[in-house]
Amino acid sequence: MSLLNLQLKVWRQNRGQSGHFQDIEAKDIPDHASFLEMMDIVNERLIAKGEEPVAFDHDCREGICGMCSMTINGVPHGPEKATTTCQLHMRKFRTGDTIWIEPFRATAFPVIKDLVVDRGAFDRIQQAGGFVTVRTGSAPDANAILIGKEVADAAMDAAACIGCGACVAACKNASAMLFVSAKAGQLNSLPQGQPEKDRRTLAMVRQMDKEGFGNCTNHYECEAACPKEISVRWITKLNRDYAVAAVKESFVGQQERAEGGE
Amino acid sequence: MSAVLDSLSRFYASSIGKKILVALTGAVLVIFVLGHMIGNLLIFAGPDAINEYGHMLQTALHGGGVWIARLGLLAAVAIHILATVQLTRQNRVARHDPYRQQKPQVSSKSSRAMIWSGLTILAFIVYHLLHFTVRVGNEYNGEAYKTELHGETVHNVYKMVIDGFSWAPASIFYIIAMALLYSHLSHGVSSLFQTLGLTTHRTAPVFKTLGHAYATLILVGNCSIPVAIWLFGYGR
Repeated sequence: MSLLNLQLKVWRQNRGQSGHFQDIEAKDIPDHASFLEMMDIVNERLIAKGEEPVAFDHDCREGICGMCSMTINGVPHGPEKATTTCQLHMRKFRTGDTIWIEPFRATAFPVIKDLVVDRGAFDRIQQAGGFVTVRTGSAPDANAILIGKEVADAAMDAAACIGCGACVAACKNASAMLFVSAKAGQLNSLPQGQPEKDRRTLAMVRQMDKEGFGNCTNHYECEAACPKEISVRWITKLNRDYAVAAVKESFVGQQERAEGGE
Repeated sequence: MSAVLDSLSRFYASSIGKKILVALTGAVLVIFVLGHMIGNLLIFAGPDAINEYGHMLQTALHGGGVWIARLGLLAAVAIHILATVQLTRQNRVARHDPYRQQKPQVSSKSSRAMIWSGLTILAFIVYHLLHFTVRVGNEYNGEAYKTELHGETVHNVYKMVIDGFSWAPASIFYIIAMALLYSHLSHGVSSLFQTLGLTTHRTAPVFKTLGHAYATLILVGNCSIPVAIWLFGYGR
């Protein structure tokens, strides 16, 4: 184990106020610490000095909850590919490095404090249509609906999205298309999702627009930043599903019914 | 009726709806650019070939064809620009507090500068139309630019193009504009397949290569005309 001496430039901000970078010296950081453990050490020292610790989001610390965020040296979740901030280790840095730490920046993700942003917009998009309405009652038979292995695998790839918001943070336009396309695409691929497919697609895209996310311009920075390597082909599918749903809504509307006879 | 219009205006109001219109109008312009280039390359087939081509365009459908094409292209350009400007403004608002450090990992400079390459091309189109279509500030509408072809008096497109590109500043501006068009197409062509929902895992690399090849073809084809005339004295 060796120890690293680092120079941190950390974004400090209170809700509704403008922020600034604070220079923080991070001395004697063990290289086997995770990035969040490094932040813990830094915070312990700040508290010992009677200063305000840096607020940051974290929960499971094993790369599956989607809570940790931070834009590290200009890249959401830092320089490691397919890795969340909590799984990023300090051995990826060299002693003497300057590390810039910023929140996930987007108007739809307002800063609560320092590096903590409000990602409630994602929850509202999910509530708009990211579900399958199921009947209550006893559990259905597992094999009652047959699903091809390829379809199940593809849906599972989309379901790997942990909703961390790195796609929004990485996008030049702060677009949420990768998140929305993964959540809608997962259900739109499966037979259980078919009855509500058009309604879901329209509702989720409309909520996304309403939340003030930007528009996708096909740069694919989202895919590069995604810790779960969600493919931008889900965005292709969302574009297609949305076009079909919008055309149906415009020209067909509700289910055509024959006039009832007396 | 109004239910359909409401839905269509909702479609345009949505992010994906605008993007689909940008892609469709972009596709129209992509195809136009190729046809325009192939027609212009007739300059290398001699005066009669391009003059006849120009005369054909002017007289197709008793002179109506050119106006149908112009109005169609004008509509495509107008929708393409209106939607992209609106989208870009929304994108600015979507990150009102920018990163102090941001490191793009995979996107090209061309893709990030689409609005600027596009608006420069718009300025070029205005200049180009004033230069060779409306012909203001020059003598191209005069008697010196009429010629005989199969017993008819037609506009001498050949002489106009040769004289137009003999002036260095015009040639340089055209070449700069074509470089920006290359940049715009190198992202735009493959991007339109993505927006229209047509890209797949297998076709994504094909569309990307196709986009770059198409952009290169347009660049080389269009630049060959001012380069041949201005630098190598073709037709002078």
